Amino acid sequence: MVPLSYYLVLSGILFACGVTGFLIKRNIISIFMSIELMLNGVNLSFVAFAAHWHALAGQVFVFFVMVVAAAEAAVGLAIIIAVYRTRETLNVDQVNLLKL
Amino acid sequence: MISVHLILFLVFGAVAVAGAVNLLAQRHPINSALSLIAVMAALAGEYLLLGAEFVAAVQVIVYAGAVMVLFVFTIMLLNAGVEEHTKGSHVASLFGIPGVLLGSILIAWAVLRNSGTEAVAAGPWINTVSNGRPQDLPGSPETIGPLLFHEFLLPFEITSVLILIAIMGAVVLASKPPSTSSGPAKEAGN
Amino acid sequence: MPIWLYILVSIVKSAIVLLVLLTSVAYTVWLERKVVGHMQNRWGPTRVGPFGLLQPAADGIKFLFKEDLTPPHVYKPLYIAAPMIAVIFALTSIAVIPFGNSIWIAGYEIPFQVTDVNIGLLLILGVTSVGVYGVALAGWSSNNKYSLLGGLRASAQMVSYEISLGLSLVGVLIMSGSFSLRTIVDAQGGHFWGFIPRWNIFHGQIIGFFVYLIAAYAETNRIPFDLPEAETELVAGYHTEYSAMKFAMFFMAEYANMITVACLATLLFLGGWHGPIFGPWLLRAVLPVFWFVAKVFVFLFIYIWVRGTLPRFRYDQLMAFGWKFLLPVALANLIGTAIVAVW
Repeated sequence: MVPLSYYLVLSGILFACGVTGFLIKRNIISIFMSIELMLNGVNLSFVAFAAHWHALAGQVFVFFVMVVAAAEAAVGLAIIIAVYRTRETLNVDQVNLLKL
Repeated sequence: MISVHLILFLVFGAVAVAGAVNLLAQRHPINSALSLIAVMAALAGEYLLLGAEFVAAVQVIVYAGAVMVLFVFTIMLLNAGVEEHTKGSHVASLFGIPGVLLGSILIAWAVLRNSGTEAVAAGPWINTVSNGRPQDLPGSPETIGPLLFHEFLLPFEITSVLILIAIMGAVVLASKPPSTSSGPAKEAGN
Repeated sequence: MPIWLYILVSIVKSAIVLLVLLTSVAYTVWLERKVVGHMQNRWGPTRVGPFGLLQPAADGIKFLFKEDLTPPHVYKPLYIAAPMIAVIFALTSIAVIPFGNSIWIAGYEIPFQVTDVNIGLLLILGVTSVGVYGVALAGWSSNNKYSLLGGLRASAQMVSYEISLGLSLVGVLIMSGSFSLRTIVDAQGGHFWGFIPRWNIFHGQIIGFFVYLIAAYAETNRIPFDLPEAETELVAGYHTEYSAMKFAMFFMAEYANMITVACLATLLFLGGWHGPIFGPWLLRAVLPVFWFVAKVFVFLFIYIWVRGTLPRFRYDQLMAFGWKFLLPVALANLIGTAIVAVW
């Protein structure tokens, strides 16, 4: 039997990797993927708690988190494409002027 | 206590952590994207271990099969290359990695110290199979469905409006400004 | 059933199912060449064995002995992994497809299905969604304009028609009440008025069946939706740079997808293994599988028939058709089914 804390530690590790990626990566798409990793870590935590407290609302909330993440990914990638068209770069350090 | 449950949890967990670390270590975004897909697949396995079969299926269909396809399309279209190291990224690595490592070790220690070894009650749900049909898991569509359409109806409808807004926003943002050609950029925004 | 016996039986079942599936893939290629040949007023393969029946074996040997060329500037890890991804996911969804009723051996009931999961249909949808990667990554890793465009077009097409595919299945789900494929087929037993079988296609899902048919042609990249891999268009699309065994893997993946889609159509719309059952106990055990295979064969024949008859769509016509016509029709079918079910 797997204790709840193991699931939480795994979720924490994934979240920490996501935060690290967000801080150290310079490519905007990689940063976005670290955000998705953070969301996945949190989803695992929700499902683990839903199993622990026998509350299915946790799983329903994971469903909503996934939907919101999908919507956010769509709009975020569209913004990235729009920014790439004008700035010609995907490196966040070079997108530092408000007007070209 | 070594049980099949623990072994499977460790296997999927190891794949997830390896994928997450690989996402950080790779310099080309396509490799990071593939590692993220591996993480999502491993997490779908973890959800199955916790009895959440509908959520596991939705994770594979929506997250690994649609959202990550969108990421991969964008990487291919924008021809993202290998990442360059700038001064900012060196500073961030120097302070960020030890900082996050310290923070996560602290949290892991706090969680493991304060909780007992009570098992996640998903254990009894993974019963032995009889005639090839496992016992109905609590996260099956028959149980999640009523919740979704009775107690959580309002959030459900609001998320559908959210998706509609996201579709319109993505199409508008990614379309070419001067002409109305529907090139590959529009497909990436779909 | 003790767990070790269950694992052993599952391994044996998986091996048999895989063997049968791979042989069917090879002979579907033969069937296509013969049928298209006859439709075009020529013979098709006739020399290798009687009626050309050993042609797939000859093709297999040819693929094994061809030179496996790896172009110099491809992105090697993905170049080698993409065909494997395509084949693995094409062969995975056969695990939840039931071929017939159960048989009893030594007191244990063994169903004709590798595993019956509660969410069988969702699993097949999931595998279809992930199968897009094989195509997209093959196109990108080949480092070739034509491959990239072909791969992107093919994957965009597959992703667009997946939605209509899923929606056409929801009508069936409303009528059967479960995602498990065995339950869906069991709900189609019996007859109306004594002789019309209670298959979903006669039970109101005729529009759903046609939406599924069209979406399936687009999902498997077959004519009339095969622009991304047509030789006259983009050289050969996403598998331009592949040779020998890797190309054979893409080929196998396409036909395995066709067979999976045909099996699914049989289960969901044509009543699965239901058909007249008669005779001694051995015949009774085998006849359901025979009816299942017969219906799958009819569906594959329609696939090949359409391939030999229709011209292909242009890409923008294809995408417009998928989003502006098929999706509203699938939604209308869903709403209609839901209204009738509530009534």
